[in-house]
This record gives sequence, C-alpha cells and structure tokens, in this order.
Amino acid sequence: MSADHHHHDHDHHHHGHGHDNRYTDMHARVKALETVLTEKGLIDPKAIDEIVETYETKIGPRNGARVVAKAWSDPDFAEWLTTDATAAIASLGYTGRQGEHMRAVFNTPDTHNLVVCTLCSCYPWAVLGLPPVWYKAPAYRSRAVIDPRGVLAEFGVTLPETKKIRVWDSTAELRYLVIPERPGGTDGLSEEELADLVSRDAMIGTAIAGPRP
Amino acid sequence: MNGPHDLGGQMGFGPVAPEKDEPYFHAEWEKRALGLTLSGGALGAWTIDESRHARENIPPAEYLGASYYEIWTRALEILLERHGFVTAAEIDAGHKQMEPVTPKRILKAEMVAGVLAKGGPCDRPVETEPRFQPGDRVRTRNFNPETHTRLPRYARAKAGIVEAVQGSFVFPDDNAHGKGENPQWVYTVAFDAAEIWGEGADPMLTVSIDAWESYLEHV
Repeated sequence: MSADHHHHDHDHHHHGHGHDNRYTDMHARVKALETVLTEKGLIDPKAIDEIVETYETKIGPRNGARVVAKAWSDPDFAEWLTTDATAAIASLGYTGRQGEHMRAVFNTPDTHNLVVCTLCSCYPWAVLGLPPVWYKAPAYRSRAVIDPRGVLAEFGVTLPETKKIRVWDSTAELRYLVIPERPGGTDGLSEEELADLVSRDAMIGTAIAGPRP
Repeated sequence: MNGPHDLGGQMGFGPVAPEKDEPYFHAEWEKRALGLTLSGGALGAWTIDESRHARENIPPAEYLGASYYEIWTRALEILLERHGFVTAAEIDAGHKQMEPVTPKRILKAEMVAGVLAKGGPCDRPVETEPRFQPGDRVRTRNFNPETHTRLPRYARAKAGIVEAVQGSFVFPDDNAHGKGENPQWVYTVAFDAAEIWGEGADPMLTVSIDAWESYLEHV
C-alpha cells in the first residue's frame, strides 16, 4: 500500500474530514429518517436540538474534572468515591444517563488504570460527556486489553515497566471514572484551578494529570 | 453472538490516532443521529440491550467500516422497522406513508433535561444471596450463543478472581430478546494477562470484566 493510499484510507475512516460518499449518504439518510419520524409525530426535532445543546454545553469532561479536583482536595470525598461513587458524584449534581452506576478507580504510584468498552461504547456520559471517536473505534477497543502500553505510547504516555496496569472492560452497566494522581507542586491550588489540570483523557486513563501541553 | 463488535484482542486496526482538540461532532448529521437515537429509545418499545444487539448484528464488513453514529443510525432503522414505527419504504422515500403504532411516549424538548438527569438505572433486587464472594477463584463459562451476551470472547473459559460484588442488574442475554429482565448478581472479575493472552503477555497487566453470575463457575 502506498503512503498516499494509506493516507486516503485514514481520512475515510475518520469520516467528516473529507466529503466522501459515506458522509453524503449519511447526511441524506439521517435527514430522511428525521423527516419521516417528524411527519409521523414520533419525535420532536426541538428535543434533538436540546439533546445536542446539552452535550455541547452542559455535560462534558469539566464535570468529571470537578469530581477529581474535589477528591484531591477532600479526603472524606475521596473516601466516599471509593465506597459509593454514584452518590458522591451525584452530590456535585452529576447524575443520569450513562452515569447511573458509577465506580471511581484511583491511580496510585503502583498502578495505572485504563478504561475501555471492548463490546460497544460504554462511557460515563454524566461526568465525561460524549465519548471521542477513538474511544468507540476498533483500534482502541481491540488493543486496550492486550497492548495497553502500546496504546498509551500513542497518547504520549510512557509508564515505567515496573508499574502495574489495570484495564477495566466496561462489559456491564458500571461506568468507570479514573481518578488520576495529583500532580506535584499543586498544594496551594483551589479546586477550580486543580480541575484545569484534569483532561478528559486523564479520566479515561490515556493521559496523566497536569498542565495542558 | 460472536459478532464484529466483540473486538478485544483483535489485531490489524492500526494506531489509535487520537485527534487533538476533537470536536463533539464531525458533521451536522451526527448531531441529528445522536438525538434520533435517544428519541427513538424514548418511544419505549425496546431496551438498551435490544439496541446493542441490533448494532452487533450489522454485517461485519459494514460494522467495521462504519463510524459509531452510522452504526447507531443503522440499528435505529432496524429497531424502528421491527417495532412498527416506520417501513424501509418510508425511509427510502423520506416521507410518511402509513400510520405508526402508538408509542409509550414521545420525547418533547421540555422533557429532555429531566430524562437525561434521570437516566435509566438497571439495578434490580434479586431474592438470592450472591453465589460468589470477593477473593473467590472462578472460571468464566465457555459458550458461543448466537444471541446477545456481554461475556466477550477473550474472557471465556478463563480463570480469575472475584474482586467485588457490584449489585444485581438486568440480565442482558435475556432482556435483549424480550425474555424479561431476570436480574442476576454482577461481579468484577480480574484476570492476569497471562491467563488471557498466554505467551508474551505483559506481566504487569491485569484485565477485569463485569460478569453476570451465570457467566461464572467455581474453580
């Protein structure tokens, strides 16, 4: 396969970068479906607008970052996360769809946690919002359980060989939030400042917490 | 079923290639596909388990070549047709041709915030005590049903340790096929990588799944 050919395949796989047939087909297909369902009174197009706006502006990884920042700042809250993550997270106002049954898993000096759903796209929406494309795509779903170090390297994360890796495959209805290790030199920071150090990927386990590169 | 969705341990898909500053959506139709999928689910005619099974039934070559919103849309069409809300001819025509069955509910804009905040908890009480306890050594069953299951192929017939009893939940293998919720205890079961991947496995790697009780046997 030539380099050019490979490049084309790559673009095709990550639809939306090029206006290929699949993109055009899906646009028409989804529009047809929405039209039919609207004419039949089965959907409210304004509800779709509302759903999209919610996940674009209200429910996203900032929710999870606040959970992490509070866990770093408040040992009682961290303890609550270990015993009843759903309730602890709900106390900050983050509940509902794909966050009904939460578990928090803590990175330590000994162990790094990584979350995947090999069977579909299970993801803790209530704290992280909608999953990124790579999380739902075959490369990540296939390799996270067999070659997590290789996957992490592609995210620029290199762990010492002596560090244990724990991969959580979300095969049931539990949704996992990784609590990354608190970066050094952050003693005086407020929870909001700490939350700025917590990326979405750090809460999946494909990054570590720290200032945005 | 041993479908294209069951990806753990497969090879050849290339690097993960995360996208820097990835947008929430890559095209307008993806926004509509998200909303349609949630609005379709709100009709109350199918469960999340049936919808997952519809997605994994997409033929492998199509599933693996599709984006996830495309997978959702294809499965949504199948579910809407199966439950009498639309016909394939209507989707092709892009217009209503016949009256649909009556849904349990229709998701209106003013309901969205409440519905998303409530979610769809699927924990259910069961009468029995958990059969396994943390620390128990268990083996996953070896089966290959043509129907829905949440026991991935890579984790079948493997010995592991029960780490936690996570509560009792709707059993998807039944619920996906309209056989009732039949809740069971769910356990987090951890496996050494060597048990799953054998020679050359990362000695520092542990992989866990969340397994319904009937997936497990005492070793």
